[in-house]
Amino acid sequence: MTPEMKGFILLSVIKMLFVFTVIMIGVALLTLMERKVSAWMQNRRGPNRVGWAGLLQPAADGVKNILKEETYPALANQGLFFLAPALSFIPALLLSAVIPFAAPLPLDFDFSLGPLGRFAHHGPMPMVVADLPVGFLFVLSISSMGVYGIALAGWASNSKYALLGGLRASAQMISYEVAMGLSLIPVLLMSGNVTFSSIIHQQQAGLWYVLPLFLSFFIFLVSGFAETNRLPFDLPEAESELIAGYHTEYSAMKFSFFFIAEYANVVTVCAMATTLFFGGWDIPGHWDEQGGVLQTLVTGAAFFLKLMFWIFFVMWIRWTLPRFRYDQLMALGWKVLMPLALGYIMVTCTAIYGIEHLAGITSPKLEALALFGLNIVLGVLVFGLLDSGMFVRGSVRRQSTYEVTS
Amino acid sequence: MAIGVKVMKRPERDVSYVRATLKGMALTFKHMFEPKVTMQYPEEKSTADWSLSQRWRGTHRMLTDEQGRSKCVACGLCPQICPANCIKLVPGEDEQGNRYPLIYEIDEFRCIFCGYCQEVCPEEAIHVGVHYENAEYTRGRFVYDLERLQSQTHAVSTLWDPSDPRGE
Repeated sequence: MTPEMKGFILLSVIKMLFVFTVIMIGVALLTLMERKVSAWMQNRRGPNRVGWAGLLQPAADGVKNILKEETYPALANQGLFFLAPALSFIPALLLSAVIPFAAPLPLDFDFSLGPLGRFAHHGPMPMVVADLPVGFLFVLSISSMGVYGIALAGWASNSKYALLGGLRASAQMISYEVAMGLSLIPVLLMSGNVTFSSIIHQQQAGLWYVLPLFLSFFIFLVSGFAETNRLPFDLPEAESELIAGYHTEYSAMKFSFFFIAEYANVVTVCAMATTLFFGGWDIPGHWDEQGGVLQTLVTGAAFFLKLMFWIFFVMWIRWTLPRFRYDQLMALGWKVLMPLALGYIMVTCTAIYGIEHLAGITSPKLEALALFGLNIVLGVLVFGLLDSGMFVRGSVRRQSTYEVTS
Repeated sequence: MAIGVKVMKRPERDVSYVRATLKGMALTFKHMFEPKVTMQYPEEKSTADWSLSQRWRGTHRMLTDEQGRSKCVACGLCPQICPANCIKLVPGEDEQGNRYPLIYEIDEFRCIFCGYCQEVCPEEAIHVGVHYENAEYTRGRFVYDLERLQSQTHAVSTLWDPSDPRGE
């Protein structure tokens, strides 16, 4: 093994440990944040007993969950019942491996470590565990693996509520996967690449994609809510109908694993939104492209701030909007978001062709600005129609075609 | 359409989805910065706009006279009127012929806190109290004996006054 290879492995292990630790602690703190945000929005204080301002509350919850009794429902499929939390937990954690969280760190070392031999690394180190060439395709494929955990949890529980929750979850996640995948095609059209790092570089050259591809971002965000089973789309665990949905029969740490998976998914969707549409770790201006330790730290902080804003946004939506009805959810996914995404792909294709080949604009900044102008027009149109209820209409129009007796 | 199904006439044209969502989000965001209404219970037990009512009927208290003896004359009215039958009274009599309770026990688990004992007491001896922190480690501790009833120091409940029905 060459020293460079060993250096790469060493750095990868360090980055893995770092990302894993941050995600696990972060997810624990997110449960506290969720409770705090919900409390503040309801004029309450939230947990503030354990530790300073309740900061140790997640630790207390964790200890409680580990010490609690694990229950198995009668006639549950023991193996799958045990496997399901892991199946939803592992993909959720895997996804954090591909998100770049800071500008590359310039790093040069070459040292010997006894029998292990020489370790060497030269040049900038990308601040991502694995900068996969398949980029967001990896995220899309692995995140849809999470549905196995949920569907199996519902099925293995031997409970009607859990089964219904699991079925709903799979139907919902498969439906919104379509809209989500389609909403990312304009990003692909703009950047010409699916790798996260090159998408960030493209955004540094032009504008953050939220401006030229605003509708894409909107569709992605709505589908992201549905993918992570968050309100207003938390039909799989609708308390009022299904008790707790697919994790009704779970207790103690196994339940906690579903919880961790949900928050890890939220982090992933927010990190995706940040990376694909808000420039990732990019700070406007060219200062962050020079490369350096300070740049890495500051861009990391910038990424963290953007990520936290979107996580807050997810919670904000959760504590504002009521839950959708199931037919409305499906109608929104298939009849609104999917055609919208398809139409938007057509429009973006045409616009990019027109800008690049007919108008002959090659500067990425000008191209992005031109698309931004187009998006203002489209946005007003789409949101006007959405607002008037033309797309998301209630059942009253369908019913009005029948004659009302009595 | 099935017979007897009522179809709600919901507004069709004037509905708003995007504006209503944004309005709701602005509202919840505004609420994040409003003063919190939670009372921090063990530290603060009453606030300016909330305190326990003077008529709260909590666990009992036996009042005592100047010599520290209970005011109770063991007339037997309170066990008589008690709807839950939770008062145990064994009367005794000293050399001067004064009646006093040999045993006076109230089972606070059986008690329904109606306050009849306080109302019926001719000597104003037994009272229900303005008190609610009653946690104990064993069930047996909830049978309050005479000594315990006398040693309570919390405020006693004010009886309902027909001339002032709202307690103002």
